[in-house]
Order: sequence, then structure tokens, then C-alpha cells
Amino acid sequence: MGFSLEGKTYVVMGVANKRSIAWGIARSLHTAGAKLIFTYAGERLEKSVRELSDTLEGGKSLVIPCDVTSDEDIRKCFEEIKAQAGVIHGIAHCIAFANKEELTGEYMNTTRDGFLLAQNISSYSLTAVAKEAQGLMAEGGSIVTLTYLGGERVVSNYNVMGVAKASLDASVKYLANDLGPKGIRVNSISAGPIRTLSAKGISDFNSVLNVIEEHSPLRKTTTPEEVGDTAVFLFSDMARGITGENIHVDSGYHILSR
Amino acid sequence: MAEVLERVTKIVVDRLGVDESEVKLEASFKDDLGADSLDVVELVMELEDEFGMEISDDDAEKIVTVGDAVNYIQSTM
Repeated sequence: MGFSLEGKTYVVMGVANKRSIAWGIARSLHTAGAKLIFTYAGERLEKSVRELSDTLEGGKSLVIPCDVTSDEDIRKCFEEIKAQAGVIHGIAHCIAFANKEELTGEYMNTTRDGFLLAQNISSYSLTAVAKEAQGLMAEGGSIVTLTYLGGERVVSNYNVMGVAKASLDASVKYLANDLGPKGIRVNSISAGPIRTLSAKGISDFNSVLNVIEEHSPLRKTTTPEEVGDTAVFLFSDMARGITGENIHVDSGYHILSR
Repeated sequence: MAEVLERVTKIVVDRLGVDESEVKLEASFKDDLGADSLDVVELVMELEDEFGMEISDDDAEKIVTVGDAVNYIQSTM
């Protein structure tokens, strides 16, 4: 038992750029000795993901397109992963999207389309991916997704994404129950706010960061490395007894009543 | 001025993959330099890092051209 993930293969979904939490997880996995496969959505991100994955030492990582709004695309993606890698040992699901104009003001103004879009990409995608990927985790596996406090409580401007995260959190539990008998664990990390491209879509994000730095028990903002190292723990055998769980990696901010 | 422009130019060339000669003060990120909305957000974040400052959402929206970025940065220094 240990943190070494030598000889294991993990699929990292949702790297956008060097600031992505997904990239933090990828670096921690790489440090732990894991082999990586990256998926991306859209040409725009392909270049960025390839450039980043090329910076990891030793061997080129597989980089595969996967539009999680398409069942067909997810199926093809995992077919290719199966063909190229055979067995995988886990997935980092770091995918979310909502219309920027709905990440400000009153939640009540969310449109039906905007609601369904956020649910589709940010929540349903985990279920769809877990279903396609389960067969590849023949030696047991660990799925880790990213959630946020805004799914448990009201966080200004997080709005429709908070509701999507609540649905994601419930999915983690149901999936954990479905996949447990197959030796596949499903957990989430609730990261404190991190200055990523996605976070910048949330209205007035800079001030959210300042609040964490001033008031969280650890008095500092969360880093992608902290989330990455927690993900490695959840991927590793050290966490073999943990499933359906959510770990807050947020400098303790979630315990405050403010 | 020259130094700020130089640092901004380097970031724009890196991020948008354009030639240095295209990065003129009047060049619009979206219309002339081919940036999409995500590129603009990335640029703003790079500028925040490079110059150690925070650019509010409202201010970021007003940064349309290279010159706007340079002027904004100088106004905060």
C-alpha cells in the first residue's frame, strides 16, 4: 500500500490550460508514477493539452477528443482508450460549464436551456463517462470528480452551477453504490476557489479569492497542487476504504458559518 | 511605456500565436488578433500575473485593444 501509482493508467478529462485544476491533478499523478491519458473537447483545447502533456517527462501521453455532451463521442473515446491502453485504473473528471451570463445576479433568472446545459455538461457527464469506462477498470478503479461548496450552500453568483454541483454530488453517491461491487470507488473533491479560466467566468471572482485568504482557517487560497495531491490519495490504495465521499480541500473554509 | 508595451506584446505573441509586428497599440484582440472570448480571459489572467495586479470584471471588459491594456496597466502603476 502506498501513494505510488507506478504501472497504473489514469484518464484526465478537462485540462484547459496550465492553471486548470485538472492539470494540477495530472502533475500529481505524474509525480506518483502514473501513466496519463488526456481528453479534451474542441480543437481550441487540443493544442493547449498537447503542449502541456509534452512537458511531462518520459513518453508521450495519449490525447483524445471527447465531447461529453455526446454519448457517441464518449463511447468512441473509451473504445480508443481500450484499444491503446487496455486497462485503466481511474478517471479524473474535471468538467463543468454554464453560460457566463447566468453566473451573475439572481439564480431565479436561469433559463431552461441554461439549466439543462449546466446539468448536461457538469453533472450528467460523470454518469455517462462512468458507464462507458467501468469495463476498462477491470483491476478495480477510482473515479474522482470536482465539486464546490456552492452545491451545498448558496454562494453568490455561482447560481446554476451550484445546482449542477448538487446533482453531481448526488450522482457520486449513486454511482459509488452501483460501482462498489465492481471494485470501483467514486469520490469528489470540493476545492476552494482557484484562479482558473472557468472560475474567471464567475462574476466578481477576485473578491471571492480574497475572502478565502483572509478568513479561511489556513488563511490561504487553495492551489491546484493541493487538489492534485488529494486526488492522488483518492486514486491510491491508501483510500481503498473510501467511496461516495466528498473531501473539502479549501483551507477549511467550509466549516465557517459566515 | 516602452517596457510595459514590450511585456504586453510578449504575452500577446505567446498566447495568440501572432507575429510581433501585428501587435500594435490600436490592434483589437478580437477583431485584429483573432482572439476568442476565452483567449481574452486568458490574456487578462496573464497580465494580472505579469504585472502583479487584479483586473476587475468591469475593467477587463473595457480592455479591447493592445493600447487599452497598456494604458490600464500604466494607470495602476
